[in-house]
Amino acid sequence: MSSRAALLIDFGSTYTKLRAVDLDDARLIGTGQGPSTVLTDVRIGMHAALSDLEANLGKLPRFRYRLATSSAAGGLRMVTIGLVRELTVEAARQAALGAGAKLVGTFVNKLTRGDVGAIETLAPDIVLLAGGTDGGNTEVVLHNAKMLAQSTLDAPIVYAGNRVAADDAREILTGQSVTFTSNVMPEIGILATDSAREAIRNIFIARIVHAKGIDLAQETFDDVMMPTPAAVMEGARLLADGDGRVAGLGELLVVDPGGATTDVHSIASGDSKTGAIQKGLPEPRIKRTVEGDLGMRHSAASVVEAAGIEPIAGQAQMTPSDVTAMLERIAKNIEMIPHTPSERAFDRALLGTAIEIAVRRHAGTIETVYTTLGPATVQHGKDLSGIEIVVATGGAPIHLGDRDALLDAMRAAPSDPHSLRPRAPRLYVDRDYILFGIGLLAGVEPQAALALARNSVTPAERVEEVAK
Amino acid sequence: MPGVGRTLVTGVIGSDTHIVGNRILSMALEEAGYKVVALGALTPPAEFIAAAVETSADAILVSSLYGQGELDCRGFRELCIEAGLDDILIYVGGNLVVGKQPWEEVEKRFLAMGFDRAFPPGTRTDDVVAMLAEDFASREKVG
Repeated sequence: MSSRAALLIDFGSTYTKLRAVDLDDARLIGTGQGPSTVLTDVRIGMHAALSDLEANLGKLPRFRYRLATSSAAGGLRMVTIGLVRELTVEAARQAALGAGAKLVGTFVNKLTRGDVGAIETLAPDIVLLAGGTDGGNTEVVLHNAKMLAQSTLDAPIVYAGNRVAADDAREILTGQSVTFTSNVMPEIGILATDSAREAIRNIFIARIVHAKGIDLAQETFDDVMMPTPAAVMEGARLLADGDGRVAGLGELLVVDPGGATTDVHSIASGDSKTGAIQKGLPEPRIKRTVEGDLGMRHSAASVVEAAGIEPIAGQAQMTPSDVTAMLERIAKNIEMIPHTPSERAFDRALLGTAIEIAVRRHAGTIETVYTTLGPATVQHGKDLSGIEIVVATGGAPIHLGDRDALLDAMRAAPSDPHSLRPRAPRLYVDRDYILFGIGLLAGVEPQAALALARNSVTPAERVEEVAK
Repeated sequence: MPGVGRTLVTGVIGSDTHIVGNRILSMALEEAGYKVVALGALTPPAEFIAAAVETSADAILVSSLYGQGELDCRGFRELCIEAGLDDILIYVGGNLVVGKQPWEEVEKRFLAMGFDRAFPPGTRTDDVVAMLAEDFASREKVG
């Protein structure tokens, strides 16, 4: 065995997941899994996972890197505040989502006492305060700074609002832990979230890892680098763009259905392929959306609600009352793993539906407006119609994988011509469930990380051959 | 420079794609020292207001060239008031109505809708710059 190995850890909400990789071969050499025990003592789950890995490998190698992500204890829970819903409120949301956060509250315009009470109850890990373009409105962001200063909130604040108001905000917020960054929207129509994202990540490393008790297990890892969704996004970016020397796969879409939420990441320009007039905020090239109502377990009932019980029953070849009964069983046993053919059929129907809705919400739309010069096409959001690669990650697609059904769920449907989903994509599967680990390695060993990505994230046809 | 320190929002309202005149106007306003937030063609009323709120704009200049301006501009002042921009200066200009209607009547209609000034086709950019300077000066005196 080569001496260069890395241990990639995910302190998840249900499991503590380990992936051991050989950096020279760029291959997975073993996996380990334990329960998530962050709420009691993180070390219990970590030691269980390490024992599992040791049993699989025979003997644990010396690891050159031991890097971790975390989505445990509710993930990185953030509240964002802005001025106008479509402008700085949206820019602040994009910044938080791009940093891998879980948005627990979004507030528009001036905070009321009731809003502040709600934020205190939410007890977020970080508050992102935006509002006003540079040189624009100062009144609202300063009002909100005052309201936060008077609250009992002790979460760190990231100020990413009107630059001109920053000095006053600093005075108002003395006593609070505040990080000042560039404005998430310095001018109308310009989205500049990098600086805020960087600040969020630094706070995550410096404070949140400790606050969640993950540092109790610190002798078992070197660093917790970022929230898990940020690592998945970083893995997706490397897979798409390459490392500068070796090319990546090009523009792609990643779908990550979990128990509670479904994440979609696009690494693609999103500009119109047909010359449509683009309206609304410019879209980030690397974009993450999170659907809080679409998931395989905690949110199973809301997937059925979103799609209607009949279509789900039809896909799963069950009766509507069977669907209701299945949802009740899942609610009682949130970690239920499908075994019987009907359980698997139901999960496939849930999975396809969650992915279809999540991709439709992530992708942009076109509409035709009639002008005096004739019809014109207006685009909102990203045009993903030309994307040739869609990647499925997460336990459900890997284990339930039905290539044609997954592809059907992700691609454009003739019945919905206004949705700009991929028209003719190929499906790749993250068969080692290691995209988060690729994102972790991207920061320290980009070449090995990219080679690992190319070995682990493979066209679905090849996965099926391996399975046979 | 009359415009230094002031922000203006410009755009073509509604389903109107005629961008050229609006772009020339925006350039002239920038030359006069204003910070111009140019929203371009096909801009719904709510977008003008959203941009004015975020930027604390001093005035909104609405263009309409395709004859539907009257429909598109209805309720514009009310939208401003709803967004807390009670006193913002709003101008409108272009081919505001269809058919041959006396300008005085058209102007009266748009002023009644709450616009501070309405401009007929063929207005020179210099005139708009002069009017803005005059209106801002008289507001400063009052304020």
